[in-house]
Amino acid sequence: MDASFSEISELHEKLKNKEISSVELTEYFLQRIKKHNPQINAYLTVTEDAALEEAKEADKIIARRGKISVFTGIPFGIKDLFCTKGIRTTASSKILENYVPPFDATSVQKMRAENAIILGKTNLDEFAHGSSTETSAFGESKNPWDTSRIPGGSSGGSAAAVAAGLAPLALATETGGSIRQPSSLCGVSGWKPTYGRVSRYGVISMTSSNDSIGAIGRSVRDLALTAEVMSGRDEKDATTGNREVPQYSANLRTNLKGMKIGVPAEYFIDGMEDDVKKRVLDAIEELRKLGAEIIDVSLPLTKYGSLVYAIVTPSEISSNLSRFDGIRYGHQAKDARDLAEIYSKTRAQGFGDEAKRRIMTGTYALSAGYYEAYYLKAQKVRRLLVDEFNNVFEKVDCLVCASSPNVAPKIGAAKDNPLFGYIADQLNIPAAMAGLPALSVPCGFGAARDGADGGASSSVAGVQMPVGLQIIGPQWGEQKIFDAGHAYQTVTDWHKKMPPDFVPASPLPGKRK
Amino acid sequence: MLTRDEVKKIARLCRIELSPAEIEKFQKELSVILDYVSELKKVETSGVVEISQVTGLENVLREDAPRYSDLRQAIIANFPESREGFLKIRNIL
Repeated sequence: MDASFSEISELHEKLKNKEISSVELTEYFLQRIKKHNPQINAYLTVTEDAALEEAKEADKIIARRGKISVFTGIPFGIKDLFCTKGIRTTASSKILENYVPPFDATSVQKMRAENAIILGKTNLDEFAHGSSTETSAFGESKNPWDTSRIPGGSSGGSAAAVAAGLAPLALATETGGSIRQPSSLCGVSGWKPTYGRVSRYGVISMTSSNDSIGAIGRSVRDLALTAEVMSGRDEKDATTGNREVPQYSANLRTNLKGMKIGVPAEYFIDGMEDDVKKRVLDAIEELRKLGAEIIDVSLPLTKYGSLVYAIVTPSEISSNLSRFDGIRYGHQAKDARDLAEIYSKTRAQGFGDEAKRRIMTGTYALSAGYYEAYYLKAQKVRRLLVDEFNNVFEKVDCLVCASSPNVAPKIGAAKDNPLFGYIADQLNIPAAMAGLPALSVPCGFGAARDGADGGASSSVAGVQMPVGLQIIGPQWGEQKIFDAGHAYQTVTDWHKKMPPDFVPASPLPGKRK
Repeated sequence: MLTRDEVKKIARLCRIELSPAEIEKFQKELSVILDYVSELKKVETSGVVEISQVTGLENVLREDAPRYSDLRQAIIANFPESREGFLKIRNIL
């Protein structure tokens, strides 16, 4: 077994048994990042010195057999949307290019408290606006399975880092697909929590009524472990729920007898790629073999989810991004003559096209005379979406479908298409609008419709790209989706596949007994 | 399609300076998005109350008590320009 593609529980055993030190493990990942990051641009910032210091500290704790958790000494990456004390935090935007936050996001603080080791900050679509990382001001990330393709987004850097074995885990965020879609496209496991399960404090806001703080990892078990650390009420985020955090990982099931799993007809949309459909149907068959009862269900409002999102999201963005005005931190235009020009030039220079599109769409939708037709109407339809999900969850424990209707498209597919994200994420958005928890788990490989080799050359024909199974639960139903995902991973090994160009030549370093 | 003046008005409201070429570009792109969402009109919503908090929380309150922050210096250090611990900005009028 090699460290680069190990699960956290496996690495923990090695640390605990002193087969490897945290410093060795951290150095190993830092070396891999040095070697492979230029191929995929997953990390924007690597915190080498601080990571090695933290690793030394973790080793001391392990040596004196202090209070250690499964995360003690485990390196991980963080999407560059989370504020990290003393570490540059850009949101992949020029407007925050040199911003160094004076504080940690609550979720980062919680991981630090476990003595987990921060390797660096991962790339994303600018302010998480997008589904490909192509809107990043610092260049797109690339899919480790085929570097001519997108990793998905907005948490594309986190997904690519985990998929390439450049971190066993990466924190990520989702507003409408930004964890599930890149996890699916990169062949890794992703958890989007119930809205309010994890504190949003210190994570740069996009759509406050949706934003969910989760993670991307190598297995559902790892995500369940992470959920136990990250979840819980935070007085700094009034929308966090005051609910107990269960021992998700200890309770994981390996058979699904008695579980009712719904398959929503509306999620098998026209235009879905054939291989994606086949792999998802195969996965549903596995769930049936595990003992689950598979039930056909209907969610007729599904097609309106993306439309609600396309109004609510830009509206809240226009409000949330008004704070970036060049006055107190971040980029400030140098050629402005007065205060009004500082605002308008700073924002013109600092924001990329997608951020501008969304700010302007939202400004329009919230402006006098249009509020009722757009934002209010959308929030009414959103209530109907929530009700529709609630009704179906009276009949089933969770829902399964594809995480994305397609495998990863070629880089450039999203460029200058103002609707790319809304369409790419149509299978993720409805659940996000209803605050539901969900997973994407790898369930096989398929050929892209654009040709597995993109039509560029016949020599790479046969490149197969990952397909993801989506599992959606009711609000606060994390245990159910973790159960279904984990049970599936006990009988399949899709989550253990490694992209060939990133398989290490030399295995785990420092083996000693 | 949105007119040039409508796009200019939106840009003014959200304080983003646009070049003439950008005005034309966003005229087209914003119109694509507005056309896309117009389908939503088809959903019957009479009598439906809008939702604003999906997990059903209401009025989460805390005491509005003053407290000291240890972040003062760090926040000042992030100012683009400062003088004697104050934020320095360009003239307002």
